[in-house]
Amino acid sequence: MKPIEAPLRREIQRRKRTQTLFAALGLVALMLGVLTFAALFAEMAWNGFARLDWSFFTHFPSRRAAQAGILSAWVGSTLVMLVTAIVAVPLGVAAGVYLEEYAGKNWLTDLIEINITNLAGVPSIVYGLLALGLFVYQFGFGQSILSAGLTLALLILPVVIVATREAVRAIPQSIREGSYALGATQWQTVRYHILPYSSPGILTGVIIGLARAIGETAPIITIGALTFIAFLPPSPLKAEPPYLSFEWLFSPFTVMPIQMFNWTSRPEAAFQANAAAAGFVLVLMTLAMNGVAIWLRYRLRSRIKW
Amino acid sequence: MFTTVGIVYILVKESVVFFQHVPLALFLGDRQWTPLFDDAHFGIVVLLSGTLTSSAVALAIAIPLGTIIAIYLSEFAPFRLRESAKPFLELLGGVPTIVYGYFALLFVTPLLQKIYPGLPGFNLLSAGIVMGIMIIPYVSSISEDAMRAVPMALREGSYAMGATKLQTALRVVVPAAFSGLASAYILGISRAVGETMIVAVAAGMQPNLTFNPLEPAATITTYIVQVALGDLPHGSVGYQTIFAAGLTLMLFTLACNIAGHLLRKRFREAY
Repeated sequence: MKPIEAPLRREIQRRKRTQTLFAALGLVALMLGVLTFAALFAEMAWNGFARLDWSFFTHFPSRRAAQAGILSAWVGSTLVMLVTAIVAVPLGVAAGVYLEEYAGKNWLTDLIEINITNLAGVPSIVYGLLALGLFVYQFGFGQSILSAGLTLALLILPVVIVATREAVRAIPQSIREGSYALGATQWQTVRYHILPYSSPGILTGVIIGLARAIGETAPIITIGALTFIAFLPPSPLKAEPPYLSFEWLFSPFTVMPIQMFNWTSRPEAAFQANAAAAGFVLVLMTLAMNGVAIWLRYRLRSRIKW
Repeated sequence: MFTTVGIVYILVKESVVFFQHVPLALFLGDRQWTPLFDDAHFGIVVLLSGTLTSSAVALAIAIPLGTIIAIYLSEFAPFRLRESAKPFLELLGGVPTIVYGYFALLFVTPLLQKIYPGLPGFNLLSAGIVMGIMIIPYVSSISEDAMRAVPMALREGSYAMGATKLQTALRVVVPAAFSGLASAYILGISRAVGETMIVAVAAGMQPNLTFNPLEPAATITTYIVQVALGDLPHGSVGYQTIFAAGLTLMLFTLACNIAGHLLRKRFREAY
């Protein structure tokens, strides 16, 4: 070994050590995220567990913490999500398919594209202000399930559009050409090929969007949702014709995150236990939805081979 | 498309009415924010200070940690770990913000109070820390995608010159992916500025002109929540302030987006 090599070897050793240190740092940083999540989940489970029983789901909120439940909150959340999905899915899918399959390359398309990207960065509370000005006062929908559903639909529209576009773009050109070669019109190609093949991808986007919407608090507070609701919206099914009623759309409501916000901001420990329990349910709901979406995507990736 | 037009229309319309009552100079220059008192002051600086302080704390956590996680996942982590960590980080980003707010108020604040006993129950520090943790997944996932898009040939060239993995990561991959990293940071900033529920729950609702993260203070978003929780008559000056505040917020995030766009253009590397 020549003498010149010794300092060189030391230098290499030193650099390798730094590299190992950095890898360890990376792992620690990652674990920090994991641990925070574990702490969050454990804390809520620990504090809320005593309150989590059947009656928690079947009781209205109450001034006495021990009797309070989340009946009106989860019913409200479900109904709002229903409106959101009914509005956002057709609009988002149509917009996504239009942008990918029909729109020409011109400045208008560019403008719309930049716009959608920008919309994804707008804070959710600004959507709440839009809804307050537009749906609540301009259109006169009031502080109703309809207003809230429309607000959240606008909020998740970019998510649905982007997911649709990605799913449609992943379909190879040869499928479209095959369809045209058999004499199909563009609409027939979209209806019988593009939509069915992209539907799992679209579904993933819709679920992620809805999972985001169900946890959104700020825009719904902004439109002025009440926090103490001890009644259910009128039932959509009626005994006498025409059997369906849309009164519930205009009913005041509360949703899970608002109920939790209300309980969290009270000083009494008993209410904070309720908040923990409600938070636990809420996190489980969003985790389940996100989990389904991720699972769908992985399944999709492994199954489809063009 | 309609949404943007709608947002701008509503915000500008209500804000114009507001600025007819309150001159712009007072809105920008006044150092007090008491729009609901008889002696009304409308100094947006007060709310901006809270917003900037909490965002600064959040970014001081999210940007370093998010970048390190991204570099680690993209350059160092074994395949199995990366494939299981990505969905997990996505889940972390999917937790509702109100849950993070609860966590900040009832877990992080008591923890910080043990280290620093004089800390008030509402403070910008714990809100900022939790906000930072919330933003980490956004920053790391976009940064990681950007780094993975760097062609393998660049890394191989670097290895062939005798560089270690770390040297390659820091001096070749990070500069090559810089435009992607910049957009990840910008997204993080606009998330932090627009974040509502964490600060509303954990930082208190007192308007307070301070840049000290240990104090309670209201942010722009908190103020909107506070007004919305009360009963303000439609059309009053107080009602219009939230639109002026919202417009400020919107302009701020828009500026961020434009800055991000320019940065991306400026530093885009073509392969």
